[in-house]
Amino acid sequence: MIFLQLGILLCVLIAGTTVVFTRGLASQPVVVSVFGLMLALMFVVFQAPDVALSQIVVGAVGLPLIVLLALAKLRRDAQLLHRQQDEDETK
Amino acid sequence: MSHAWRVTVFLAGAAGIAVLFALVCRTLPGPLPVRNRYAEAINSRVYAQRNVTDAVSAVNFDYRGFDTIGEEFILFVSVLGSISLLRITSERTEGLLADAAEPSRDVPASDAISLWVLVMIAPKVLFGIYIVTHGQLTPGGGFQGGVILASAALILYVGESFAVFRKVVSWRLVELAEAAGAGGFLLIGMIAWFWGKPFLTNVLPLGKTHELTSGGTMPLISLATGLEVMAGFVLLLFAFLQETLTVRGEE
Repeated sequence: MIFLQLGILLCVLIAGTTVVFTRGLASQPVVVSVFGLMLALMFVVFQAPDVALSQIVVGAVGLPLIVLLALAKLRRDAQLLHRQQDEDETK
Repeated sequence: MSHAWRVTVFLAGAAGIAVLFALVCRTLPGPLPVRNRYAEAINSRVYAQRNVTDAVSAVNFDYRGFDTIGEEFILFVSVLGSISLLRITSERTEGLLADAAEPSRDVPASDAISLWVLVMIAPKVLFGIYIVTHGQLTPGGGFQGGVILASAALILYVGESFAVFRKVVSWRLVELAEAAGAGGFLLIGMIAWFWGKPFLTNVLPLGKTHELTSGGTMPLISLATGLEVMAGFVLLLFAFLQETLTVRGEE
């Protein structure tokens, strides 16, 4: 049991460090989702299945998705702004 | 400030935090089994006092139900805030919604993914309902079940398209569910007033342990929370997808 606990803590450590060192905006949500999954597994190992259940959906699916959608929205807002500026210049 | 200076300041600060962190860690209890007076008090009483088997749900929905109301309304208000922020631009693009009805994805989902999603949706909904209704018996409860139900709507978008998502999910209905869930929690809390007891007292019959109806107000609060959480996440998803994809359709 103690080895399982140490192993999962190590996985969380590695995944967390990877999140910090990932620079690509598009790949960050994916890495965060892996980190969320590791956290969920850790909760299971430390006997907190209630927390693990919500962590799986919120941390591994919800958060990365919202980040991804927010990035898509930002990119698209920037495009709209550029287009408007171009139109203003042509006038 | 030069780069070298910045690194020096960071290292000094990090070293200080490392020392404090190590000091704190020395006083922490070891890994399992944790001896905690509150946990022991709850674990030894929950079965006899409330006829339920999941102590975590008993704490969330009964002993500390008032805290859960706060958490519920944090979610409620943040969903409300996100939607009203997103609405500012979506009114401008309202006319473009017709375009969004056409599937406008860069890469359509493969047949394998579509099939897998269709197969998975029903079990996912069933599993979500199970988790919500068995909150007081097994790990889980309103919040966990609610997010699982919401993710059923999410994989509908992943496997099909936003057009299909919009056809299946009714904004009005989800909005109604959100309000009903949030208001339902408060109403269940007020039941106690008819007995002259404080807000959120568990006054309903406790039922038999291991049965769906055991726990008095717990299964009801779990249902209300499940409804609220599911609707909140679906609304958030809906608003974000509408925002992002409408614009794609326009390009």
